[in-house]
Amino acid sequence: MYIKRYHATVLVLLGLFLSGSLSAQVHEFKLRNGLKILIKEDHRAPVVVAQIWYKVGSSYEHNGITGVSHVLEHMMFKGTEKHDAGEFSKIIAANGGRDNAFTSKDYTAYFQHLEVSRLPISFEMEADRMRNLTLPVEEFKKEVEVVMEERRMRTDDKPRSKMYEQFYATAFNSNPYGQPIIGWMDDLINLNINDLQMWYEKWYAPNNATLVVVGDVNPKEVLKLAERYYGSVPRTPNVKPLKPRFEPKQDGPRYLKVKAPARLPYLLMGYKVPVVKTAKEEWEPYALEVMAGVLSSGSSARFTKKLVREKQIVAQASAGYNLYARQSELFVIDATPAAGKSIEAVQQAIVDELELLKTQPVSQQELDRIKAQVVASKVYEKDSLFYQAMQMGTLETVGLGWQRLDEYPDKVRSVTAEQIMQVANKYLIEDSLTVAELVPVSMKQAKKKN
Amino acid sequence: MFAANVKSPLTFLVAIIIAVGVFIWISEDQIIPESSSSKHSFNIKSWQTHNGAKVVFVQANELPMLDVQVVFDAGSARDGNLPGLASFTHQMLDRGAGEWSTDQIAERTDSIGASIGGSVARDMAVLSLRALTDEAIQEKALATLQAIIQKPLFPKEELQRERKQLMISLENEQQSPSAIANKLFYKNLYGQHPYASPVAGDMESVTKLERDSLARFYKQYYVASNAVISMVGAIDEARAKDIAEQLMSGLDKGNKAEKIDAVPELQKAVAANHQHPSTQTHVMLGQPGMKRGDKDYFALYVGNHILGGSGFSSRIVDEVREKRGLAYSSYSYFIPMRARGPFLLGLQTKNTQAKEALQVLRETLDTFIKNGPTDDELDHAIKNITGGFPLRIDSNRDIVGYLAMLGFYDLPLDYLQTFNHNVQNVTSEQIMQAFQSRIHADNMITVMVGDVSTTKNTK
Repeated sequence: MYIKRYHATVLVLLGLFLSGSLSAQVHEFKLRNGLKILIKEDHRAPVVVAQIWYKVGSSYEHNGITGVSHVLEHMMFKGTEKHDAGEFSKIIAANGGRDNAFTSKDYTAYFQHLEVSRLPISFEMEADRMRNLTLPVEEFKKEVEVVMEERRMRTDDKPRSKMYEQFYATAFNSNPYGQPIIGWMDDLINLNINDLQMWYEKWYAPNNATLVVVGDVNPKEVLKLAERYYGSVPRTPNVKPLKPRFEPKQDGPRYLKVKAPARLPYLLMGYKVPVVKTAKEEWEPYALEVMAGVLSSGSSARFTKKLVREKQIVAQASAGYNLYARQSELFVIDATPAAGKSIEAVQQAIVDELELLKTQPVSQQELDRIKAQVVASKVYEKDSLFYQAMQMGTLETVGLGWQRLDEYPDKVRSVTAEQIMQVANKYLIEDSLTVAELVPVSMKQAKKKN
Repeated sequence: MFAANVKSPLTFLVAIIIAVGVFIWISEDQIIPESSSSKHSFNIKSWQTHNGAKVVFVQANELPMLDVQVVFDAGSARDGNLPGLASFTHQMLDRGAGEWSTDQIAERTDSIGASIGGSVARDMAVLSLRALTDEAIQEKALATLQAIIQKPLFPKEELQRERKQLMISLENEQQSPSAIANKLFYKNLYGQHPYASPVAGDMESVTKLERDSLARFYKQYYVASNAVISMVGAIDEARAKDIAEQLMSGLDKGNKAEKIDAVPELQKAVAANHQHPSTQTHVMLGQPGMKRGDKDYFALYVGNHILGGSGFSSRIVDEVREKRGLAYSSYSYFIPMRARGPFLLGLQTKNTQAKEALQVLRETLDTFIKNGPTDDELDHAIKNITGGFPLRIDSNRDIVGYLAMLGFYDLPLDYLQTFNHNVQNVTSEQIMQAFQSRIHADNMITVMVGDVSTTKNTK
């Protein structure tokens, strides 16, 4: 019923079902300039998806330039020496293709979806804009206005998105996940072309990128093509390891209220948790993943069954967790109160459910359900070239390596009821909790028609 | 791609999904041209069940999975004087059916990793299933879907609870300027026509939806003659026939739903503004568009591709976003439906420049109607549409949706084979003629939702 309108939770939803035994089919290469290449054959249709992933995103940014990765992503369509502004997408379109790009906390990626014989066109133009962007200032001035409109649409005029932004900013003091991907409005206003130029020179290079190709291709031929187009792009010495920005220990719960012209209250709760990349105990993220599944993967999961249908205290509730983040994340629970139920009552009902996880082992039936869902989704995900490429690109770019995808089903299957109790007791603790409440303020202005 | 900040074409799709309910395949971006590769072309089989349901099937053996859509002509156009009836009936189908409670149905589905879902729009009510083809799993999944289709119980307690849920989701929509604009647009565009009311109803109408009305609606419209079954997956034709019979077995033959009234032309321009405390104003502009199978279908489709239907290649995005930086998302599209669906143009921009942006939108449309596309634009559009054919059908999920669309709107089975040919034959003159005779820029609905008190006049 509720479409998630914010960034992380969707990643989280994808997260549970990230899986696949891919090793047999993934071909991995590295060019001399450092460009990593991952190729997977899928011969169901005469098409190909090509994605180029850069290790840069909002979590690489510092205060004052938030949003620069995303604005640069927009500017990547504004021309090189060879191709004028806007030409990239026009050439792809003339070849029957689709193209776009996306920026997240940990990555920026560009993709084309094409009939397979058109793959060289993608390689030629992506290789070109990897180093040869012109960044014209007049184009920048217009485009940053477009991004501000995007921010208004995605965040400022959506009460829940705005609250989500505040929630993350409160939960994290030092960890850059506290910054919005799209950037603070004030930073967008003060962004200049030099910020972009610097960002581009620093991060856009073959030795900071991964090319992912999935489709009706021959891996050796793709490699040859890649060498031809990407091979001559020079590596840069600018790419240096990021300094870690770990979050200081939280010593007590944090509460915030966000007032917005809304009709419905809304609750967000986040507990600080490790992810695959940061966990000291390798099994813990998978136990957290299964725990999220016990709470909300499917209509028979605890939240929907007990809180929505049985107790009728919430209209909707879900739990989410992105185990493939680059830095430690939040285990996020969101809920919309049922009519007439207070935020306090909803929060208490959720805390009661979490207490249950700490004191009683989950049933075999629940574990079996999650196993069945993982097995099935492993097959379903093969129906989408884009999603297959997306998985490999994400894992590679956050520094885990695509091979981790292989481990997922077994790691999830081996999670025990005992382990779920352990992570619940260790991480679902009040001292690391952030709670946000959306407080609807009057929309009476809105009722006035003219 | 909600996960990240994506450039606008994907936003178009999102806008479309919201606009028409959840029907991705109604979107103009989703039309399927002819296959360019015989190696990968697929073979569409079609037949009727013994009690008259139409079946459309494609065998796809590559993945051990099955997608099924069962589409009834039971969308909100059938609401009568109870807006939301079709949608609520559909929502209640899996809330207790046959021998199983809501919880049991959910457990049956989740325990095998299957998903049963659905959606309702103005024309259709859809039930969809995705499951592995493993024998035991397939049987359990299909038995569950069968009960939902054939034996919904509409229990009273569940109905009360679901109604509350529905009211919360209607409240939620009132927080969204784009949802408000969309409702206002349909209301003004369709007036007394059954397409006018919101698919999910409104706060007042949903309080009137009782068990009797739902049961009556179900009995009339969830009948075999009124159903289309679309299937794609790793099963053979004989098995597909058995499945279709199983899914329809307990249903009456019944009657096809009555014809939907023709949509009248707008007689004058109408402006509908709505004050909302947002930083942006959502602007929509439009009029009745075209039907599925419309005689001008290809001319209007290709024309709109050039006008505002193809993202960065289209004039509207070029004028609104690329040249002026006025909006993140701007578009035009037709939603072809049983009766004439809307033709609409839209964008969202900060309140103070809403009127300027609307003016740009109008001028872009006027110029296009007056002069039509250039030869280059037409050539480019045809290349994009025909060259992109294989992309549109590269997944089972895409194909099952297209089959449902073909079956539901009674389009010929060679529609896909002839699509590219039909697109290639479109001329600039045909586009200009179709737009000039069908699109009346002086008689359009204009909707603006935002802090309209702060919008400025540009003239």
